Amino acid sequence: MPAPVISASDLTKKYKEFAAVDGISFDVAPGESFGLLGPNGAGKSTTMRMLGAVSTRTGGDLSILGLDPDRYGPEIRSQLGVVPQADNLDQELRVRDNLIVYGRYFGIPRSVVAKRADELLEFAQLADRAKAKVDDLSGGMKRRLTIARALVNEPKILLLDEPTTGLDPQARHILWDRLFRLKEQGTTLVLTTHYMDEAEQLCDRLVVVDKGTIMAEGAPAELIRLHSSREVLEVRFGSDRNAVVAEQIAGLGDRVEVLPDRILIYSADGEAELGQLLRQGLEPITSLVRRSSLEDVFLRLTGRTLIE
Amino acid sequence: MSDPSVPEVLSVPEPVEGRAAVRPRRFGAWYIAEHRLLLMRAYGSTILATSIGNPLVYLFALGVGLASLVQAPLGDGRGGEVSYLAFVAPALLASAAVTVASEEFTYPVLSGFKWNPVFSGARSAPISSAQIADGVIIAVILRMVVTCAIYFGVMLLFGAVPSALGVLGILTATLTGLAVGVVIMAYTSTVTEDKGQMAIIQRFIVTPMFLFSGTFFPLEQLPGYLQWIGWISPLWHGNELGRVLAYGLAEPAWLTVVHVVYLLAITVVAWRAAQVIMTGRLDK
Repeated sequence: MPAPVISASDLTKKYKEFAAVDGISFDVAPGESFGLLGPNGAGKSTTMRMLGAVSTRTGGDLSILGLDPDRYGPEIRSQLGVVPQADNLDQELRVRDNLIVYGRYFGIPRSVVAKRADELLEFAQLADRAKAKVDDLSGGMKRRLTIARALVNEPKILLLDEPTTGLDPQARHILWDRLFRLKEQGTTLVLTTHYMDEAEQLCDRLVVVDKGTIMAEGAPAELIRLHSSREVLEVRFGSDRNAVVAEQIAGLGDRVEVLPDRILIYSADGEAELGQLLRQGLEPITSLVRRSSLEDVFLRLTGRTLIE
Repeated sequence: MSDPSVPEVLSVPEPVEGRAAVRPRRFGAWYIAEHRLLLMRAYGSTILATSIGNPLVYLFALGVGLASLVQAPLGDGRGGEVSYLAFVAPALLASAAVTVASEEFTYPVLSGFKWNPVFSGARSAPISSAQIADGVIIAVILRMVVTCAIYFGVMLLFGAVPSALGVLGILTATLTGLAVGVVIMAYTSTVTEDKGQMAIIQRFIVTPMFLFSGTFFPLEQLPGYLQWIGWISPLWHGNELGRVLAYGLAEPAWLTVVHVVYLLAITVVAWRAAQVIMTGRLDK
């Protein structure tokens, strides 16, 4: 395995007594697409700010591109692209000017950055909006512009914090497509998300984070195989009956999980479990058999759902 | 004993990419200033109009209008007398710089953290928080120099500057604006919630400062128990400095030195404070 571009060991960030990140360790290989999956408040954004050489760690070791961020912050950041959770584009500037101003921050000469801005607007499918005010862009467009801006310095690593949160499905798919192209070009992607489908789409490997610690690590399929069954049967009996029914079917499948709005039955064969349920005379309002997802992994590991 | 087939712990290579941030490390503050100036350009015509309009209005109203009522002799300190216009003009120049500073270091700074959070964006680039503070300040200095230069031009048109040294007033006025401005900026950088603090600064600090800093009348005209306001006010020091240059206000040489040192000291301390506060806020 080539030398990792990111290497964190026992990485910790404390704010007074509170440990936002509590001793996490992972490596990211060059060209890899690596994800941090976890609910809000898990410490993902704090981790990202440390990886981005902005926030100083309070413990552990961290090496980005072979450099210690405490000493080589500017050198590291000059090779990173950062897409923060909340867009921080300059809303008072026009679309293209946002890219130019940002390129200048890296010391890129004006003539070079102007050419690069035009290429990036093509890439982000915003060429026809070059002169628009940022304020007039849709959420998806702003997100694409933020990604374009993060690419202005041709970064080796792209850090994306919740890249598609708040976007409609179509905008998300456009964004995923762009990110996938970057991945194909060999850019290392590190992203946080609380969407399991996003993690499954984009990540070669991920860590499940909760309360500042890593609960599990692996490829999405591997995590599902290790921590969940092949299929899941979801049944709804109405919120007032779910708990009562759950007692009657406690033995079903490998495991039964009761959520406020539905019951999940983990099994290698969801249809068979549904048949069993019906034979017991239980008639769910709705039923659905699906494949296990990272959501189920998370539920298994933490006892909680990702989006609460 | 180490196994000879396994290399010793790899020596940490001196970063090959270490040069990647040479320019940002050196010029980062200037890149921020470029950005700020681009933002100012959006309301450039307003800046220009007020830069020309303000001195016209003030010099006419005070230097011509009010001056016709001012009967008391205004000494230059050496037994000679100066016109009210010559007396008030250098102070108005300094006030113009303070006005620019109190505009540019309040809402635009607060906005950079909150409503249009460009500072956090810049922080992700190879630029330090201190450089962000520096860049904001540099851009405002440039705006103050332009405003003061235009102001001074209008003063010349009014014949309000007896001495050729008066042109240095552009710099001392800018320094005065800067001293007041960086204090405001250090404070604004701590504000996380807008509860009208900016208006309070304007109404209860900046405006009284104009009135009690020997701008429109000599500080000695105030009762003794109010004169301390002038002594601690950067604007009074700037006003007096401007008068020394513009018409040779006679004051002890040590006092002139005090004006300069006081303004520089405030600037250095508050500038550093602004850097530290910004760093604390952006590097969390």
